[in-house]
Amino acid sequence: MKFAVVVFPGSNCDRDMYHAVKDSLGAEADLVWYQEANLADYDAVLLPGGFSYGDYLRSGAMASTSPVIKQIREAAEAGKPVLGVCNGFQILLEMGLLPGAMLPNEHLKFMCHYETLTVENADTLFTTHYESKEKIRIPIAHGDGNYYCDEATYQQLRDNNQIVFTYDNNPNGSVGDIAGITNDKGNVLGMMPHPERAVEALLGHDDGLRLFQSILTHWREHYAINA
Amino acid sequence: MPSTLEISPEMIEEQRLYAEMGLKDEEYTSIRSILGRRPNYTEIGLFSVMWSEHCSYKNSKPLLRKFPTEGAHVLQGPGEGAGIIDIGDDQAVVFKIESHNHPSAVEPYQGAATGVGGILRDVFSMGARPIALLNSLRFGSLQQPRVKYLFEEVVRGIAGYGNCVGVPTVGGEVQFDDAYNGNPLVNAMCVGLIGHKDIQKGIAAGTGNTVMYVGAKTGRDGIHGATFASEELSEESEGKRPSVQVGDPFMEKLLIEACLDVIHHDALVGIQDMGAAGLTSSASEMASKAGTGMTMNLDLIPQREQNMSAYEMMLSESQERMLLVVERGREEEIAQVFRKYDLEAVAVGEVTDTKRFRLEHKGEVVADVPVDSLAEDAPVYHQPSKLPAYYQEFQSMEDYLPTVKDHKQTLIDLLKQPTIASKEWVYDQYDSMVQTNTVVTPGSDAAVLRVRGTNKALAMTTDCNSRYIYVDPEIGGQIAVAEAARNIVCSGGRPLGITDGLNFGSPENPEIFWQMEKSVDGMSEACRELNTPVIGGNVSLYNESFGGKAIYPTPIVGMVGLIEDLEYITQSHAKTAGDLIYMIGETKAEFGGSELQGMMEGRHFGKAPALDLQTESARQQQLLTAIRSGLVESAHDLAEGGLGVALAEKLFNQELGCDVTVEGDVTTVLFSETQSRFLVTIKPENKAAFEEAVTDARPIGTVTDDGVYRVRQGEVVLEAQTSELKTAWKGAIACLVKSKA
Repeated sequence: MKFAVVVFPGSNCDRDMYHAVKDSLGAEADLVWYQEANLADYDAVLLPGGFSYGDYLRSGAMASTSPVIKQIREAAEAGKPVLGVCNGFQILLEMGLLPGAMLPNEHLKFMCHYETLTVENADTLFTTHYESKEKIRIPIAHGDGNYYCDEATYQQLRDNNQIVFTYDNNPNGSVGDIAGITNDKGNVLGMMPHPERAVEALLGHDDGLRLFQSILTHWREHYAINA
Repeated sequence: MPSTLEISPEMIEEQRLYAEMGLKDEEYTSIRSILGRRPNYTEIGLFSVMWSEHCSYKNSKPLLRKFPTEGAHVLQGPGEGAGIIDIGDDQAVVFKIESHNHPSAVEPYQGAATGVGGILRDVFSMGARPIALLNSLRFGSLQQPRVKYLFEEVVRGIAGYGNCVGVPTVGGEVQFDDAYNGNPLVNAMCVGLIGHKDIQKGIAAGTGNTVMYVGAKTGRDGIHGATFASEELSEESEGKRPSVQVGDPFMEKLLIEACLDVIHHDALVGIQDMGAAGLTSSASEMASKAGTGMTMNLDLIPQREQNMSAYEMMLSESQERMLLVVERGREEEIAQVFRKYDLEAVAVGEVTDTKRFRLEHKGEVVADVPVDSLAEDAPVYHQPSKLPAYYQEFQSMEDYLPTVKDHKQTLIDLLKQPTIASKEWVYDQYDSMVQTNTVVTPGSDAAVLRVRGTNKALAMTTDCNSRYIYVDPEIGGQIAVAEAARNIVCSGGRPLGITDGLNFGSPENPEIFWQMEKSVDGMSEACRELNTPVIGGNVSLYNESFGGKAIYPTPIVGMVGLIEDLEYITQSHAKTAGDLIYMIGETKAEFGGSELQGMMEGRHFGKAPALDLQTESARQQQLLTAIRSGLVESAHDLAEGGLGVALAEKLFNQELGCDVTVEGDVTTVLFSETQSRFLVTIKPENKAAFEEAVTDARPIGTVTDDGVYRVRQGEVVLEAQTSELKTAWKGAIACLVKSKA
């Protein structure tokens, strides 16, 4: 299985994502520069965190208009796993692949620390290695992580089991304590916490590794035979 | 429209216009004789910034020469963008600290942000990938609204820049004292990692080679920033806001990636960032170091604003700019590397063999001066030094002994002192984990980062207790280095070397110069004893606010250590109930310059705590050996607030308890700040081996699981819930920031 880590100007968690997949998961991964990407060659697309284009306009807004976005949309439509973390989540929202929008944190400050998350849906292709309602520790690092959607959308997210992770102690004001959601097909996941930062016990926790393992397991079960 | 042509060389001399740029009469005369004629407006501008204290170290050079700068592992000492120390496996660590005090005093967000940007460029211009940022901050009393504003904005500025460029801010220190009310200190340190073969130099070698400009366009921001940084703050300083640069971390991020690509290109000859004094310093220093000359055509400089004069372009300190020297004829290959990142590399000049710095603008020669006269020939001043009256008075005082009635309340009050209190409010705003190497995040004695792909790690810290340095600069200087080394050792590292951030008042005041002299002496002595050479640093003088009140002398030590095996990584907090608590070192009644003295008396006086460097070194080596032998569960140095505070800090992480028995005067045992002491926890089964390894260690109690902090002397003399202590410690700063003055 081959993962593409899409690198935008200003991405800064790109190498972390790459190392998580390559070194901790032990799968193939490439850092793919946004202008040179050919995502058809890859089985999964990872949009890393950071500050694409400095986030000077609105987090993720500039990146969501770059040419590579068309390929990301195609990958999502083809059913490939697409994971956006932090700035990657913001890009997915700006693209409209996921519903809702991101506001500045309630207290208007950037925050970086571990949070306890509850796995609300352990049946997505990203979460099969977790137990339902399991508590996991994953770090956050964001200034604009206050997820917002209207009541109808929130109800829809709930009804379709699209809410994958919630915060136990909501740090940023997100609607419904939402930390991560999928699209209705379940193959696009956006989350503010950084699973790629929690893949080695040496650095504190390795609860994030199982997210990547889940993607790999899903691929083996569904596509490996054809590959 | 001001034009350089309107102000004639004669006018500069007659109206002493050079004085407004910070040059003295005799300096002007000297420039005139170097040139053999009167300098024009652009030329006098070049000299004024290059001969400022900030660029030339003209007042501090004689002192800096005292520092030991050599060591077996030093690959690059002072003189380049940053120093470099070998860490084995063909890898090296690159680090440097730099101040941005004056800009931060008038425009705290941008001042702090661009301080981070500047120190990053110093490191990646050496060819190193920046892997960590640290800082050392000083503010006045948080009771004052202006101080509160400066504090909040400086922290936000550091976060805004560091988080965006993707370099983790992993550690640092923040202290508060009235001495910094009008003049905060903002020192930023960057640590980078480099392969030996990738080490770059800022040189303009090879006659005929091309000088290229990369990065942000030049604007009118930061003009005369170096000069502004070399004078006292005054009521007019607010008017110097245009001298403060504006940062663009996104541009910096692109520059980092592009420059780390371009260093692998064999057409690159030299690379340097444009820091203080911008184009002037980078260009003239690169040529001077290579023994060459340079011509530049200023029409080719990418400009953000219209009708900029040669003077403005040369003195601008616009951020995120680099100067490159590349082989002639291969400019397009270099430009190609930068184009990937939407950056333009523009040929703006040529290396010559004339040893002259020659600038053309709009068809005219606007400057033509010997290049060494800018970079090398600044005057060196041996300032007079005078023993301050306050110091003589302090030395003749009886030892200060505080009277403490309620030890529990005193401990709580100490834990709430902003200098001691948890800095979580600060470091939570910094991304401390990006790049996924941070093993020990902020809050322990030193930050620890693993070196990816190896079994090694780096420990890093910034330290300076300026109260001790104020009461006794020489001993205080020794303590600053010793304390940094203690923090590295407690983390399991062997100290490698230091970068120094010297922050003082005006060197022209003999009593201030004496503080500088003595603290450099003290630091040098400790560096020799602890085998930590000085590989680079920064000097920031004239830190005086309105009314000529100087800051406490604050020579900050940035230290990096090598942890040779990941197994050696040790943290400061106790881990398991039942572990034995040991104190290393004896305690004497030493309260001069202590946190308790400041809290009770509102000022610092008397004698600094004594320090014996041999004892210090021996204890550090013994402790490090014990850690490396796997005998130590946690280690913490005793610093501000003494044993009482250190013991509490050890328990907070897991809200454990302790049962400790002390001997002697309780106030002294709990709160004295005697040096060279450590607090360690060990497994009971390692008792004999540990006692043999660390000869000055004495058992004082055990870690308990009841969450009670208990100290006995026969009967219980202090008992508190760890949680209650933690609440006081953790919430103090947030509470002060929120409260309305």
